Amino acid sequence: MELIHSILVAPFIEMVAYPDFFLQVVWEGFVAGVLYSLIALGFVLIYKASGVFNFAQGIMVVFAALALVSLHAMGVPAWLAVLLSLGIMGLLAVGIERLVLRKLVNQHDAILLMATIGLTLVLKGVGQLVFGGEPKPMITEQLGLPTGSTDWEVFDGIVIFQHIDIAAAVIAVLMVMALGVFFSKTRIGRALRAVADDHQAALSVGISLHQIWAIVWFASGIVALVTGIMWGARSEVSFALEIIALKALAVLILGGFTSIPGAIVGGLMIGVGEKLFEVYWGALFGSGVEAWFAYVLALIFLLFRPQGLFGERIIERV
Amino acid sequence: MALQADVAESDGLPVAHAQTGQSSVQPGGAEQLLKVEHVSLSFGGVKAVTDISFDILKGEVRAIIGPNGAGKTSMLNVINGFYHPQEGVISFKGKPRRRMKPHQAAASGIARTFQNVALFKGMSTLDNIMSGRSLKMHRGFFWQVLHVGPARAEEIQHRRRVEEIIDFLEIAHIRKQPVGKLPYGLQKRVELGRAMAMEPELLLLDEPMAGMNLEEKEDMSRFIIDLNTEFGTTIALIEHDMGVVMDLADRVVVLDYGKKIADGTPGEVQASQAVIDAYLGVAH
Amino acid sequence: MLYREAGQFKTSYAADQALMPITQDRVGLLVILVVTFVVIPVFATDFFIGSIMIPFLVFALAAIGLNILTGYAGQLSLGTGAFMGVGAYSCYKLATIFPDINIIVLILVSGVFSALVGVLFGLPSLRIKGLYLAITTLAAQFFLEWCFIRIAWLYNYNDSGAIEVPQRKLFDIAITGASATPTVRYLIIAGLVAVLTLVAANVLRGRIGRSWMMIRDMDIAAELMGIRPLYAKLSAFAFSSYYCGVAGALMVFMWLGSAEVEAFDINHSFLVLFMVIIGGMGSLVGCFMGAAFIWVLPIIIRAVPQMLGLDILAATTEHIANIIIGVLIIFFLIVEPHGLARLWQIGKEKLRTWPFPYAST
Repeated sequence: MELIHSILVAPFIEMVAYPDFFLQVVWEGFVAGVLYSLIALGFVLIYKASGVFNFAQGIMVVFAALALVSLHAMGVPAWLAVLLSLGIMGLLAVGIERLVLRKLVNQHDAILLMATIGLTLVLKGVGQLVFGGEPKPMITEQLGLPTGSTDWEVFDGIVIFQHIDIAAAVIAVLMVMALGVFFSKTRIGRALRAVADDHQAALSVGISLHQIWAIVWFASGIVALVTGIMWGARSEVSFALEIIALKALAVLILGGFTSIPGAIVGGLMIGVGEKLFEVYWGALFGSGVEAWFAYVLALIFLLFRPQGLFGERIIERV
Repeated sequence: MALQADVAESDGLPVAHAQTGQSSVQPGGAEQLLKVEHVSLSFGGVKAVTDISFDILKGEVRAIIGPNGAGKTSMLNVINGFYHPQEGVISFKGKPRRRMKPHQAAASGIARTFQNVALFKGMSTLDNIMSGRSLKMHRGFFWQVLHVGPARAEEIQHRRRVEEIIDFLEIAHIRKQPVGKLPYGLQKRVELGRAMAMEPELLLLDEPMAGMNLEEKEDMSRFIIDLNTEFGTTIALIEHDMGVVMDLADRVVVLDYGKKIADGTPGEVQASQAVIDAYLGVAH
Repeated sequence: MLYREAGQFKTSYAADQALMPITQDRVGLLVILVVTFVVIPVFATDFFIGSIMIPFLVFALAAIGLNILTGYAGQLSLGTGAFMGVGAYSCYKLATIFPDINIIVLILVSGVFSALVGVLFGLPSLRIKGLYLAITTLAAQFFLEWCFIRIAWLYNYNDSGAIEVPQRKLFDIAITGASATPTVRYLIIAGLVAVLTLVAANVLRGRIGRSWMMIRDMDIAAELMGIRPLYAKLSAFAFSSYYCGVAGALMVFMWLGSAEVEAFDINHSFLVLFMVIIGGMGSLVGCFMGAAFIWVLPIIIRAVPQMLGLDILAATTEHIANIIIGVLIIFFLIVEPHGLARLWQIGKEKLRTWPFPYAST
């Protein structure tokens, strides 16, 4: 009885009793969710265009951020460091397409997934070798990102908004809009959608798969850099992020592998959901539930709606 | 009626067992093996099959034909339980059923081959055909672990049956090769062997001759006829090659846009105006 | 020339279906067994046994577990580490509760608990396929890791949160704990691994193993041929997790001596996955090759600069090992998705027909 009360009633009473705290928790979750969404977005871009489930997206975020920070530490001005990091991600995209993807065309998707796991190892090894394994602070101020915070007085309390979090949300929205425009208005965007629909048909009308793949990997490289900057600004740039980035996989289950809106909604759901769960229910289980909440939620979701929030129902054919 | 020979006894080709004592192989007076009544199937509003009824008699070769997209494969999928029709009843061996899982259909004696070869690509020809014996092997986990005594005896018993099928289909030379690398015609043959290994009462063949050259088609026709006449296996086949259909089939059912438009002997069907219209098109 | 089956005629299906139909293979196996059980215990140094052979065998066993699930039954799992953990913690609890029962028995029993947990997390596989399933195994990984930390009962409410292996004896010889010699522990592990490998080989070539491969290659066709996906998939999960569980128990009781949750984290799941990929999916021999390769490579990379008199940081060698393993994984997936085991097989085929390369089928 007491247990049922503490699960079903007490947390909600607490939410209503301290609405300012509740808002703060939701905001924290929201911001974490934005970052999950961004990582998931990188996954979706690549999966849509090439059918590759890119396990390396998480390490790409770390890699991009480390490249940026390290370049700046070498004395390169911030704006140039950003450009150079983009260049590195571009080279990486071309390299991956040339050396890995091109050779694995038409392979089973599990093989492709494992290839990106191999890629993860390579990027991790190279990243640690070149940039060093220790955590580094992000060059937030040098990039012109805001650092202060604003207090919002509400419900007889205050909710604190870190400016960097607001910036992260705004930048994420802008980036999704830019991607939307890119996909729907440009020639390459059209080609991308064609490839996403049907590789062979796209090939037959003269679209170069190799080019398209390199472009999407570069696009998710850009997304990775932005994610890395935002994440780094909130905490620091370290390889620990790689494990956290796996949560984006759970986001994909919720949102579907091919849906950009799905990635965003899924990311926010998981971000907010896990914060609320940790804060209001975590004590019941002994805290630390954030580590598995996303996956278990995804698991439950899979059992009831395997195609994700926005996916279409799958009809199997023989 | 079908190939139900006792495994342990059969040393040579499984020829004689099937037919002894039975005389009702001929269609006409034979009993119904499968009966499809008023079956309709749709996928979220898209109708695949509408109100179809037909039967398959014991021992006959029944062809299902029709233009592309007529719902032929959907019909097979309904019969072996892969799709569940929204309406209608299917009776197999006199027992009506509505919802059935594919493995239950297999257990009740329905085997099939697929339009796009669906072999187990990582396994050899031998293992693929052995896999058809899965339902007939019963030794539990304990014996499997030891792989002595009963489990081994069982494995060898079934191996003997499988070797007979391999002989029948003339694929002894590719026995140990992984099927993924075999040419298409041979893959189709291995798939037929796999279905045969199940010793089904009803064998569904989904375009067994698609993509074959003349010689391969002749071989395949020969196997189908032998299977039907020697072992008495009832066969339902989908095929686009009208020459083959008219030669092999005892009776033909014709589908178009998910509806049945004709049913009868090859001669009757060929003469039907509805069939001619469906294949050649009509002036509206 | 030496490896040729000419003149070895099979006169029965039993002979044709033997695990090793070719005489030379049987001789080879005998040599390996003699080296494993006689030569190494007698001649090898403690370092070689304790730091190379024992971990190699433990990981080979875990790799067999994962390979059964991923390579044979086609269900990708990223939760191997956690299933190993279930075995280890179960064994620890069993050893606490039943101090009088022989520890080897307990190690074998602890795999059963791992199998049960495996079945539980395998249940979603009935509705979920491929990559989606990989994510549910991630759920298993993180949830179980959390359990290992939060459920203090599992580690007897130790302050350290670690499980410490108690001393146990067999015929008055210490086989676990600090005073057990590496050689004794090695022989026990080698014996268990040999038996379990034989069991796996038998199951895989029989009806059950075939049903797993059917599900892997074409699940729809398998179902239409009478395979019940429920049984096939869950039995694969159970069998696989049993092996992982026993490997986990051996890892703590016979190798590390004590362990915290980090020993079962996701990095270990990946480590075993790499062994399976590089060794060869769907091959038992590959499990040993992959485990040897992945375990020994970093040791070699560490040793080579030392021999050359170069001074390289330990961390650097680890990074280099990462890069090499990553590149090799991609290389194998591109060139030979069936890994070292397949290369070995191709080599044998070449030998069979040597010196007539065109005589092969």
